[in-house]
Amino acid sequence: MDALKQELKERIINALNLEDISIEDIQDNDPLFGDGLGLDSIDALELIVLLDKEYGIKLADPKQGKEIFQSVETMAQFVAANRTK
Amino acid sequence: MYAISKFINISQDVVCENDKQIFHNQEDTFAAFMKNLYKSLNISYPKFYKMDDLCKLAFIASELLLQNETEKDIALLFSNNEASLDTDLKHQQSIQNPKDYYPSPAVFVYTLPNITIGEVSIRHELKSESAFFVAEKYQTDYLYKYAEYLLKTNKAQKVLCGWIHFLNGDYKADFYLVEKMGILEHSKEQINDITK
Repeated sequence: MDALKQELKERIINALNLEDISIEDIQDNDPLFGDGLGLDSIDALELIVLLDKEYGIKLADPKQGKEIFQSVETMAQFVAANRTK
Repeated sequence: MYAISKFINISQDVVCENDKQIFHNQEDTFAAFMKNLYKSLNISYPKFYKMDDLCKLAFIASELLLQNETEKDIALLFSNNEASLDTDLKHQQSIQNPKDYYPSPAVFVYTLPNITIGEVSIRHELKSESAFFVAEKYQTDYLYKYAEYLLKTNKAQKVLCGWIHFLNGDYKADFYLVEKMGILEHSKEQINDITK
């Protein structure tokens, strides 16, 4: 699970062009939106594409993202349970 | 009679303010050039890194003109020759292969040139008149009259005019600010000189 979290942090930074943020800056339970990394609605869509492209997970309902994208921890748990690749 | 208070030209690795060089690119790529230029402005605006290259160019040129500006009633009249073609092509490439079909929302939102106006308006909290024109070359006559009209009819206190070209790594930005007082007469001759 730790390796997956590291991988997710790296992919989030690359996919969302978080130029001034390193893997070490993101704690597992940091909120991704709001006061955390300050991501916006376009970033949320980009994370949905990331799940599909990298892990073969298609979110049927984008509203699911609110729960899944709370933190790297919640993302990792969801990916581990649902990945198809 | 109105005046041009300041103008910026960015092209071929060089940034000039009022015809004087203020920055020279020491890097090989446009991305590195923009990043260094952004850092030289000493501002914190992480959204800059998410912009496409056309927006980055418009953002930097506008920032250099509006950095210490307190007036918020500034109309924006931007134009170029190829709209958002550079990003349109990137988006098209991402949907070319049905077996690898992953269009990026972050790329797609930049497939309109007038988003450059949106980015500058958000950055400087402008809720003003704005328009983006696509034309073969800078429409001096039309944009001179448009800027004069906005100022004379009190629809704006200042007008930021800009030509922004970015395609396949080739880039050019010519921006100038029109207001009541300035260093140059707001005339078609001066505009032609700035945007040549």
